[in-house]
Amino acid sequence: MKILVTVKQVPDTATQVKIAPDGKTIDPTGITWIVSPYDEFAVEEALRIKEKRGQGEVVAVSLGPDRVKEALRSCLAMGCDRAIHLNDPVWATADTLATAKALAAAIKQEGPQLVLCGRQAIDDDMGAVTAQLAELLGWPCAYWIMEEAIDADGKSVRAARQVEGGLEVFDLPLPAILAAQKGLNEPRYPTLKGIMGAKKKEIRDVKAADLGWASEPPQLSIVGLQALPPRPPGRIIAGDVPTAVKELVRALREDAKAI
Amino acid sequence: MASIDLTLSEEQRALRAGVLEICKRYPGEYWRDLDVRREYPEKFVTELTEAGYLAALIPQEYGGAGLGIREGGLILESINYSGGNAGACHAQMYIMGTVLRHGSEAQKREYLPKIATGALRLQAFGVTEPNSGSDTTKLQTTAIRNGDRYVVNGQKIFISRVLQSDLMLLLARTTPVDRVKRKTDGLSVFLIDIRDLKGFEVRPLRMMMNHSTNALFFDNVEIPIESLIGEEGRGFHYILDGMNAERILVASDSLGDARWFIEKAVAYSNQRVIFGRPIGANQGVQFAIARAHISTDAAQLMRDKAAALFDAGQPCGGEANMAKYLGAEAAWEAGNACIDCHGGYGYAEEYDVERKFRECRLYKTAPVNNNLVLAYVGEHVLGMPRSY
Repeated sequence: MKILVTVKQVPDTATQVKIAPDGKTIDPTGITWIVSPYDEFAVEEALRIKEKRGQGEVVAVSLGPDRVKEALRSCLAMGCDRAIHLNDPVWATADTLATAKALAAAIKQEGPQLVLCGRQAIDDDMGAVTAQLAELLGWPCAYWIMEEAIDADGKSVRAARQVEGGLEVFDLPLPAILAAQKGLNEPRYPTLKGIMGAKKKEIRDVKAADLGWASEPPQLSIVGLQALPPRPPGRIIAGDVPTAVKELVRALREDAKAI
Repeated sequence: MASIDLTLSEEQRALRAGVLEICKRYPGEYWRDLDVRREYPEKFVTELTEAGYLAALIPQEYGGAGLGIREGGLILESINYSGGNAGACHAQMYIMGTVLRHGSEAQKREYLPKIATGALRLQAFGVTEPNSGSDTTKLQTTAIRNGDRYVVNGQKIFISRVLQSDLMLLLARTTPVDRVKRKTDGLSVFLIDIRDLKGFEVRPLRMMMNHSTNALFFDNVEIPIESLIGEEGRGFHYILDGMNAERILVASDSLGDARWFIEKAVAYSNQRVIFGRPIGANQGVQFAIARAHISTDAAQLMRDKAAALFDAGQPCGGEANMAKYLGAEAAWEAGNACIDCHGGYGYAEEYDVERKFRECRLYKTAPVNNNLVLAYVGEHVLGMPRSY
């Protein structure tokens, strides 16, 4: 079974993101880039499916500039067989729909039976590409997957989706798209052998023209980014304990409306 | 020609990220808890071994990764930078070097692949003795040939990780010192299997920090002649050429410590507000941290130079020793700046600062005292009279 995993390279969660002078993008200086954690669940699940079935191929796909190669390389180090890098300047301003269209074109060329995605990327938290892909491909899709099981003949997948207080279980005919939620698995980290082996695996560069992709204006444009307002200072309630507690309860009830 | 790369390659960055990923699963609490109980970080070491990192320097034909000392250093540095202590397992990386360089093909085929997988642990090296310390040629442990065996008698001290090793490298005198031309002759290196070894006693020593080290007693311990590495009597020369690797790797442990201290110190002194402003705004606090950072960057350049020379197969005795010296001093300086800026909290166990402070101090003393590094540089680099 061929499985394709879409991954996005995002700033490390520990990075202090700064807004660039243009007010619309982030300043890339000093950022450590990682594979978005939800996408790592997707990679891990794809590798487990391959291992369980004893055969198959796992292909990682990402869209982005040259630096994205490092994210793909780390997917290869985890165990993906090869990678595809959608790398073209025309995609520099790609919104989610343009991204989904480019990925859908690559998926059509590859013809996998299953596509796994993260439930959202942790940078802009849009979480739109999976659904857009499903729509563009006309494939069934399940989001926030906590469990999955592919039937023995590889014709359908049973997927359990996280809902409040329980799991919602679906049967989807393949090919299908699943979006991984935290808890689906515990991603492996690359072994030293994996890191060394990743050097020899293929990362194929794909340009827009290779996909017959026609440039179109983005449907979504970023008007501006704003930093979070600084947190207001804390308040220390003075007085002896009985008075202070009374005032605290009053403040929580009336000012903060927390209780 | 050796040259120093000022930036990490993509592969080196991936290596670093891979090690940090493992270390993330072993936070401060893990090391603190072991520290109190003086227990070995078995789970961490096993995981690191299984991921292949401790086999970084073993050639690929023997099941390792065949990487250079620069990569080996990066692995250890990342462990200490993350708050852990690579001293628990760094020797598994380099002690095998003596077997690799001087062992027979049969010994290499027998042991290296198992050391690479971790099936066998070789992370103890018996050199130091109660009466000889750094004056290695005066060691008194003897190995006397008797038929197809050697019989070992003597004592060793501060031999680390013996209880966490299957194999040990042992330096013993095979020809009495009065019967050799030079006192550096007549010593031999043995690779011995210490599991269920009759007449061999290990007495653990409780140390200032969680470091498993021991006194060893050999009472007519019989070892097969196949244990001998290389030629009889050449042992001292064999261990000398393993020292450079050890120095560079220990320098890397120290660099990781220094970086950890500096990061902690900066974070704390930027957020700790006293007298109405962050304490980091005071020159007394800030300059100590800045000075430690300068020392650390300088030490790293020397470590990188030593590693570049080592990996290019060029002489690097001076650089390896200087890297170890500078690294240990930088870590100590950073540790002091860190504990100073933390005030009382620096002594509180839950901050990990006091633990790292105790751990980093070791490398001013071991595996060679920094005074002996000065003696080496004076004599061998500067051509001055022997000072000891």
